[in-house]
Amino acid sequence: MQPKPFRNPDGIINAVIRICGYSSILFVTLIFLFLMGEGLPALRVASLKELFGTTWYPNEAYYGILPLIFGSVLVTMGAMLVALPFGIATAVFISEVAPRWAKEFLKSLVEILAGIPSVVLGFIGILVVVPALRRLFDLPTGLTGFTGALLLGLIAIPTVVSIAEDALNTVPVSYRHASLALGATHWQTIWGVTVPAARSGILTALMLGVGRALGETMAVMMVTGNAPVMPGGLDALFQPVRTMTATIASEMGEVASGSAHYQVLFFIGVLLFLVSLLINVAASTVIFQRRGRSERVLS
Amino acid sequence: MRKILVFALLILLLLPGCGANAAETGSTPESSLYIQNKGSDTIVNLALAWAERYQNEHPEVRISVTGGGSGTGIVSLINGTVDIANASRAIKSEEMENARAAGFEPQEHVIARDAIAVIVHPDNPVDSLSIAQLARIFKGEINNWSEVGGEDRLIVRVSRESNSGTHVYFLESVVRQGRADDKSLFAANTLLLPSSEGIIAEVSDNPNAIGYDGLGYVTEDVKMVAITPPDGGESVLPAIETVNSGDYPISRDLYMYTRGEPTGTLKAYLDWILSDEAQQIVADLGFVPVK
Repeated sequence: MQPKPFRNPDGIINAVIRICGYSSILFVTLIFLFLMGEGLPALRVASLKELFGTTWYPNEAYYGILPLIFGSVLVTMGAMLVALPFGIATAVFISEVAPRWAKEFLKSLVEILAGIPSVVLGFIGILVVVPALRRLFDLPTGLTGFTGALLLGLIAIPTVVSIAEDALNTVPVSYRHASLALGATHWQTIWGVTVPAARSGILTALMLGVGRALGETMAVMMVTGNAPVMPGGLDALFQPVRTMTATIASEMGEVASGSAHYQVLFFIGVLLFLVSLLINVAASTVIFQRRGRSERVLS
Repeated sequence: MRKILVFALLILLLLPGCGANAAETGSTPESSLYIQNKGSDTIVNLALAWAERYQNEHPEVRISVTGGGSGTGIVSLINGTVDIANASRAIKSEEMENARAAGFEPQEHVIARDAIAVIVHPDNPVDSLSIAQLARIFKGEINNWSEVGGEDRLIVRVSRESNSGTHVYFLESVVRQGRADDKSLFAANTLLLPSSEGIIAEVSDNPNAIGYDGLGYVTEDVKMVAITPPDGGESVLPAIETVNSGDYPISRDLYMYTRGEPTGTLKAYLDWILSDEAQQIVADLGFVPVK
């Protein structure tokens, strides 16, 4: 019997879509295997104790990545402290308060902000933010983790806004009507009903924002000073820091392929991959648990 | 730096076959009119300027220049894929042995000098420092400008990234004061900036900062610090004269290495590099001519 492929286009398209779907799993797996293959030998050249030491100076085989982890965590947390309040407030304004024309305008503004290349923000950071912060807070230098957190927050805001806004839009309009009918003001409805109902989506926004901030490289490399210091105290935010991504970006270009330094850089890549995997898994778990039973019944 | 790389790539693309030629013939530089030149990123700018000028005057000669680092250049020389290796440091003894094993004696040519200037904010009252003071500053033992005769301000140390040859040179000759057994490092809170522009930007803006950079990169916006000799004599500012007289201590020779004594086209090119015309280019680019 002759095959009749065109009789059954559904089948073909089905297969194509299936291949596309599976291929993304394949690619992620391959990337993971590649990272592991290049990064895990680092454990042979440096013990875990050395790898989690506090001195990073790869030229002389000091491979302590703790200061780098600390730098990434500090800058990312700082960025979230900036991006979350601004991002959620913007999302609430766009979704709940703004008139229709302003809504569309603001949405496209946020998209433009998302489209600014981070290196441009880094440049603005070096020329404007760094000197301004040094004068404002009377710091020894403006190249600090705080500067990086501020810029990263700006970079993460569009991610937070668009996801939080989507989440607010999916809150059934009946909630708002019910709340208003019970005599709550507009503000009480937003604060007491709409935002809490969208909390899982807002959590997702937080986590994807963390992922965005953690992975950002260029802007951070330009404004944080890149000094691999361990935190001394609370003022660590106003000291220079070196992030994991900036380390990989600035050192990978010059390192001999297959050397110990190369493997340690890939090991940092493995750590970054695992962290972002964890964040994504956590984010999707939240999405799956999205609606409690009562909320399902109500909507 | 990126511009240079792009330019080097363009040259490679515009001269198709020159890479393949040298590799296929096992490279016979004596008779070849192609010269392959590779190595130090510090020198790549200078080598490109020379190659451009030389090719204008000698259209029959083709010179391709690539960066990649001093070590990369020397390895390529040993492997026989280039005719000239650029290096911002002298050849190491193990590289010498590898070359001998490959059947030739590397010939060293000092083609220019590079002075490293120590720079501060123009308003900083400190005019001179000794190498010992610089070492203690960059090691983190001196943390306030008042300890070296300046205002009561914290010192912010600014350095190039650790993969830069300038960083390594400064570490060895200033922070460790040339002592091989000295294992001290830059203070952990030394800012490591990815570009010379970043260093100039921070030092010209920040009165607390102290940094260093190649003399060619220093602009009017920062102040150079004179170096006080250990015997307490007169302090020396970096300049062509003080480097060539040996008075300015933080300077290094820049080298080109060839396989054995150069002949033919290669010799003509290397001789031209030491001519007044070529050495003028050295000075124009902010390096120190050897003559």
